[in-house]
Amino acid sequence: MEIFLQQIINGLVQGSVYALVALGYTMVYGILGLINFAHGEVVMVGAMLALSALTALIGWDVSPLLALPLSLILAMAGCMALGYGIERVAYRPLRHAPRLAPLITAIGVSIVLQNLAMMIWGREYHAFPQLINNQPHHIGGAIINDIQIIIVIMAVMIMTGLMLVVHRTRLGRAMRAVAENQHAAQLMGVDINRVISITFMLGSALAAIAGLMVSANYGLAHYYMGFMLGLKAFTAAVLGGIGNLRGAMLGGLLLGLIESLGAGYIGDLTGGFLGSQYQDVFAFFVLIAVLVFRPSGLLGERLAERA
Amino acid sequence: MKQLLSPGGGTQPTKFTLCLMFAAVLLLPFATDALLGRGWVRIMDFAMLYIMLALGLNIVVGYAGLLDLGYIAFFAVGAYCYALTGSPHLALAFPLLFPDGLHLSFWLVVPLAALLAGGFGVLLGAPTLRLRGDYLAIVTLGFGEIIRIFMNNLNAPINLTNGPQGISRIDPISMAGVSLNATQEIFGIVLPSVHLYFYLFLGFAALVVFVSQRLEKSRIGRAWMAIREDEIAASSMGINTRNLKLLAFAMGAMFGGVSGTLFAGFQGFVSPESFSLMESIMVLCMVVLGGMGNIYGVILGGLLLALLPEVLRHSVVPLQQALFGKTLIDPESLRMLLFGTALIVVMLYRPAGIWPSRVRRRELETDEAAEIV
Repeated sequence: MEIFLQQIINGLVQGSVYALVALGYTMVYGILGLINFAHGEVVMVGAMLALSALTALIGWDVSPLLALPLSLILAMAGCMALGYGIERVAYRPLRHAPRLAPLITAIGVSIVLQNLAMMIWGREYHAFPQLINNQPHHIGGAIINDIQIIIVIMAVMIMTGLMLVVHRTRLGRAMRAVAENQHAAQLMGVDINRVISITFMLGSALAAIAGLMVSANYGLAHYYMGFMLGLKAFTAAVLGGIGNLRGAMLGGLLLGLIESLGAGYIGDLTGGFLGSQYQDVFAFFVLIAVLVFRPSGLLGERLAERA
Repeated sequence: MKQLLSPGGGTQPTKFTLCLMFAAVLLLPFATDALLGRGWVRIMDFAMLYIMLALGLNIVVGYAGLLDLGYIAFFAVGAYCYALTGSPHLALAFPLLFPDGLHLSFWLVVPLAALLAGGFGVLLGAPTLRLRGDYLAIVTLGFGEIIRIFMNNLNAPINLTNGPQGISRIDPISMAGVSLNATQEIFGIVLPSVHLYFYLFLGFAALVVFVSQRLEKSRIGRAWMAIREDEIAASSMGINTRNLKLLAFAMGAMFGGVSGTLFAGFQGFVSPESFSLMESIMVLCMVVLGGMGNIYGVILGGLLLALLPEVLRHSVVPLQQALFGKTLIDPESLRMLLFGTALIVVMLYRPAGIWPSRVRRRELETDEAAEIV
């Protein structure tokens, strides 16, 4: 029972991170109908930037309580610039090109980002500095620590904020209009390019936060961390119904739970034949299963079919 | 009219130039051996393997317009297929069943591997191909990683793949009782092992070229190109888009599987390391840069990109040593950086590749014309 509770907690924490990254995929998809393959690498860049900034600030004797938000803001700004740049360079010129073209440039962008990161930060794992006294709390035999609590609370706050932006503000209305019909939105006086750029920047800012959360939770950051994370967050977005904001959140949390429960119990279920090293495999099978049985995802209204 | 009769095609060389090229290719291993040394003949062998892979992927990406980002997984399936059935390794997993391993003949494993890889292709393509192309890209990307995870971990409790250490002592390929792993003498010409493998790979590559060419001009090939350009229009013309896409995907996978068996036999050793995502990207680069859908373009792309790492290895490090006194950028990451940049730049400025297919170019030109209007 304690193991079960512990896996639920781990799943929720991991799921919140997936949800934040999945939001980035789903927002871009909703507006452009395009899968932003490079999004996982933006998360990685966010984590690396935050880590570098933190290390530098701590080195200058800035108090951790000030250094943490400062480095987060820095990473968000960096990622927003990056997201804007990616859209301008790799996607905007190809908006009317055959479908294959932006997918290929996206792959190009992620390879470039990954290798640049490797040149700048090296191949080794970077340890995340221990800033706050990471107090463990016991709940019914399971353990949750301060960082994990902060992650979940922050994720909930950010998601609520995003929902407010999209549904209550003028910008959000413009975003929804562009998603519905670009030409009609343009005729109504919406600056499409501006809205698309802002969408990319918003998604990238969320990615930076997610990057910091992941590295704080595991205590590590690495130039290759974006790849698997991006793949899983995409799965989460598809699971919830790609293009749907609530779907991305639900899909992220569900995927986190599936993964942690799966990894926790796969050994018992298969009589020790398969172990927790197959954790990364679950997301993939979830993806295949969703595509077979419910391609529109759990909350997707529109069918994903559009050749 | 002649243009219309030969769809795809690209700029087609004449028969005479083809004969000249063939003779030049036959002499290539000897010339390379004499000029650059035997190591480069081995590199040429790998280049041939890459060309085969690129041609296989060209069917999927170039003809049918489906983005496959885990193509190397099918190569891995083929390679492990021969590694398991053509080495003493199975003795470790099933000592009672195969006391000294299963030593199947290479020529028996080739069709087996093709079937197995094709089967994986169908399994993977069936759920995804009725959806938009983007899903296929992501699913294949995931599949490439999953295969690697399994290869890395299937050494316990039954040692099937020997984990990260890989499988070694794979039987060399032999033809008509003659092992290709030893120097042979035919009609007074001494042929070292690498030369023999070169000719074997050349034969297979020629076969792949032949099949690709016939496919391209067949009903199936034309249907693929129709799907690539406009799926809705194609299906309203009575093309069964799902089945044809599945066929393209499975066919590409089969070519990948066959190349994999050749790789395993040539190397005598396979490990999960050889089948990383970067290899998939490299093969994709060959197809995209060379010219999607044009066989000659893809061959050119394969040749250029297979030789590039070697050229970089021999030039970048000494150059940096001379300029800065130390190696700042290792050739491996420089290569990937170049690949990534090339993918972006080519898509933006020359979307049909270095040597585009005639149809592709015409389509892109009309697209531009339509946009100006």
